Amino acid sequence: MDLRTRWGRFRNSEAASGYLLVSPTALYAILLLAAPLGMIVLYSVFRDGYLTVIPAFTMDNYVETWSSPIYRAIMFRSLYVSMSVTLVTVLLAYPVAYFVSFHVDPSRKSLWLFLITIPFWTSYLIRVFLWKVILGYNGVINSALMSVGIIDEPLTAISYNVQAFVVTLAHAYAPFAILPIFVAMEKIDRSFLEAGQDLGESRLMTFWRVTLPLSMPGVVAATLIVFIPTIGDYVTPNLIGGGKIPMIANMIENLMLVRDDKPLGSAIAVSAMLIVTLVSLIFLFLNRRFLKGQK
Amino acid sequence: MKSSGLRIYTIAYLIFLYAPILLLPLFAFNDSKVIAFPLSGFTTNWFVEMWADAQLRNALKNSLIVASSAAILATGLGIFAARATTRFSFPGKGPILGLVMLPLVLPEMIVAMALLIVLLAIGIPLSIFTIILGHVLICTPFAIAILSSAFQSLDQSLEEAAYDLGESPLSTFRLIILPLVMPGIISSLLISFTISLDEFIIAFFLGGSETTLSVYIFGQFRFPAKVPAIMALGTILVLLSISLLASAEFFRRRGLARSGTKNTGGFL
Amino acid sequence: MTAKPLLAPGAARASTMIEFRDVHKYYGDYHALRGITATIRAGEFFSLLGPSGCGKTTLLRTIAGFEGISSGVVLIDGKDVAAVPANKRPTNMVFQSYAIFPHLTVAENVGFGMRREGLAKEALASRVGEALEMVGLKGFGARAAHALSGGQRQRVALARALILKPKVLLLDEPLSALDKKMREQMQVELIRLQRQVGITFILVTHDQEEALVMSDRIAVMFEGEIAQLADPETLYRRPNSKKVADFIGTMNFLPATILSEAGGKIEVTAKGFGAVTLTADQAPGDAAGTGAMVGFRPETLTILFDGQTAVDRESMATIEEVVYYGDMTYYDVKLDGTETATRISMRNVFGRPVLDIGTRTRIAWSPGALVLFR
Repeated sequence: MDLRTRWGRFRNSEAASGYLLVSPTALYAILLLAAPLGMIVLYSVFRDGYLTVIPAFTMDNYVETWSSPIYRAIMFRSLYVSMSVTLVTVLLAYPVAYFVSFHVDPSRKSLWLFLITIPFWTSYLIRVFLWKVILGYNGVINSALMSVGIIDEPLTAISYNVQAFVVTLAHAYAPFAILPIFVAMEKIDRSFLEAGQDLGESRLMTFWRVTLPLSMPGVVAATLIVFIPTIGDYVTPNLIGGGKIPMIANMIENLMLVRDDKPLGSAIAVSAMLIVTLVSLIFLFLNRRFLKGQK
Repeated sequence: MKSSGLRIYTIAYLIFLYAPILLLPLFAFNDSKVIAFPLSGFTTNWFVEMWADAQLRNALKNSLIVASSAAILATGLGIFAARATTRFSFPGKGPILGLVMLPLVLPEMIVAMALLIVLLAIGIPLSIFTIILGHVLICTPFAIAILSSAFQSLDQSLEEAAYDLGESPLSTFRLIILPLVMPGIISSLLISFTISLDEFIIAFFLGGSETTLSVYIFGQFRFPAKVPAIMALGTILVLLSISLLASAEFFRRRGLARSGTKNTGGFL
Repeated sequence: MTAKPLLAPGAARASTMIEFRDVHKYYGDYHALRGITATIRAGEFFSLLGPSGCGKTTLLRTIAGFEGISSGVVLIDGKDVAAVPANKRPTNMVFQSYAIFPHLTVAENVGFGMRREGLAKEALASRVGEALEMVGLKGFGARAAHALSGGQRQRVALARALILKPKVLLLDEPLSALDKKMREQMQVELIRLQRQVGITFILVTHDQEEALVMSDRIAVMFEGEIAQLADPETLYRRPNSKKVADFIGTMNFLPATILSEAGGKIEVTAKGFGAVTLTADQAPGDAAGTGAMVGFRPETLTILFDGQTAVDRESMATIEEVVYYGDMTYYDVKLDGTETATRISMRNVFGRPVLDIGTRTRIAWSPGALVLFR
């Protein structure tokens, strides 16, 4: 190993070992993730042919995606659902995270977290189906309310609409929201809070001026963690909406596999990713401004 | 903020979280073809009916094969990546790691569709194998997260000490690194297994004519008569997932105790 | 209980164990070791002393084999070790964090390096037992390694290294993690161990007291270079630069002017002392400019009480500050003709008063205690 040459030094160096070790995983990701994603981007600017994709450059797919009222409606619906879900989930999750972080004995914290995350680890499919069963026309809620006599006719407002989507998804993603907020709260130096109290602040003021701002990075993380998967959700619109209220994911499936219009499907997929990236960047930017404001 | 008010809120929240899942055993043992109140009496028929379906058993077999393979492969890839990123620094480490962790921030649909397109274009037939390929993609980030934490807590001097005492790099790995990281490895295997078992989208779109458990369940949804049997199946799956998770947590804690580090709560 | 020495006395016959010849090391553009040339003798207790970042740990690790060198030669027992990997060198290391394997017992830790020798179980157990007894941990074999205190861990690390009978034992700041009492105890322990075992010990430390107490010779390092390599007394009494003088113990400095220099004698006037004749060995540093200082240790000046006379020379001073330490009192005095305070340490003799601030006293001193820095 000749340490005088650059190659000799490299071979002997950390970097070489690092690359060597990481190569299987990196290669896997490049072949099975980067390349396919690249292909989607490529397809999105190609033309659709009969059972094939014609490699001729065109922006028609994007034009259609953004100008067609159907696709626009679907994208806005998806955006609406995921934003509502995010809002509801994060708002409801915040007090829970606060409770576990500030009012639970440290030795018991991981137990509470464990209990909170268990539902998440059960089959998502089954959980969505359960909500269908709960909210359905002859479902649990309706039959329970009717058997008790509160209503005479089953409620129809609780199923086959976007609000039902929101309830289902909010339930599914609840633990996702709690954890990042919890982590951020754990990082808050407790002596800040005590200092505030010491200087005569009310507990509400301490919360408003210290805890809330310092927990914001966690809130932003939670927002992204809930927003990104929900906007691309397939199962909930399919089961709860009966296939009649599609979101982006259902549309992509329809175009790619049923109508065999891969370019258009790709364009919608890329557009969805762009929306996701845009919203994420906005939130990250806000987060940074929050952190700067702390100083 | 008052502690008791928050406590009540949190408990109500937990009840809301668990309520739908608790319906599973409730109606799995309920003697009625319809999932509705009032309850009709106890029966274990649905479990029998569930198990009698050969398609279910086939799907279960496939799921186990896929989940085990995905767990082993993802953990393997995770070990490489976690070791590389915690021990060495090299240019481009951030982007490479970013790419590998990307599935965490992409909607599953997009990952599935992208992979599907490539497979179709190359002409690879869809099967259990392609499902495993997809599952490894989404499980590896989790494996890396768990294993990075395990490797991170490893004191580098331990390796140097073993080396200094005469061991080769390979035997050092076997005698010192592996035992200390083993709880993380087991945890990663269990988590990846669970993720793969419950996963639907990739299995649905990349499985071709082969079904896994989730795909089977999805197919049953359109038959109202099959619903109670699904409840029975769901009950078992939930119990399975919970015990897998509890074991993963148990191993994680044991690992920490063995190496003498503190417990900070969860593989966050 | 007499513990057998692991190495038969006189086994290491070669007088040089480690030799550095113009060793340089670069980390990228950073020049970590700049032309190190030194020898370490077999059987001595040698210390590498210096502030953080001076390169002492890097140098130690080049002996162990954990760091390579960019140029120069490192010889261990006469052999160039450039091609010898760390796991094949006749050295063993005690790490700063001790690096005790947490998943093994104490006995398994200590016997770890013996694995390759393929000893029978009883033979191994007896060797391990001997090693444990030597470090004062008899009977600890079955304990779990992660349940030990800091001091115990260090002993396990020592046993683990010494059981292999290396030619050189390397210690990387072994005492820095211990509290004061434990540290002092272990200093004595290490000296005793080294004498018992008889092999070369090389210690890295930033604590100059520690180095002075334990070492046969010390290499003081600053910024990748060896500033001075000598035994503790020479380092203390004849530091070759202001930097070394400042680093080891406390040194007072007063401005001086060199008048003339001939035939091994240097004529100097120093503030507070007047005209002094120094010999060449009192100016060990490089002859450079003329902005000179004389340095002297606090204990080389004595306050004369009534009735006492100076053995050599005498000056007048005013007491500025008094620090009472129980067994010692430190006086900060201003010698007549100087602007800065000079620290004098006096042992407290029973019956003698502690002087007040403002008192004028006579100070006894000797030209032989001065060191000239140019």
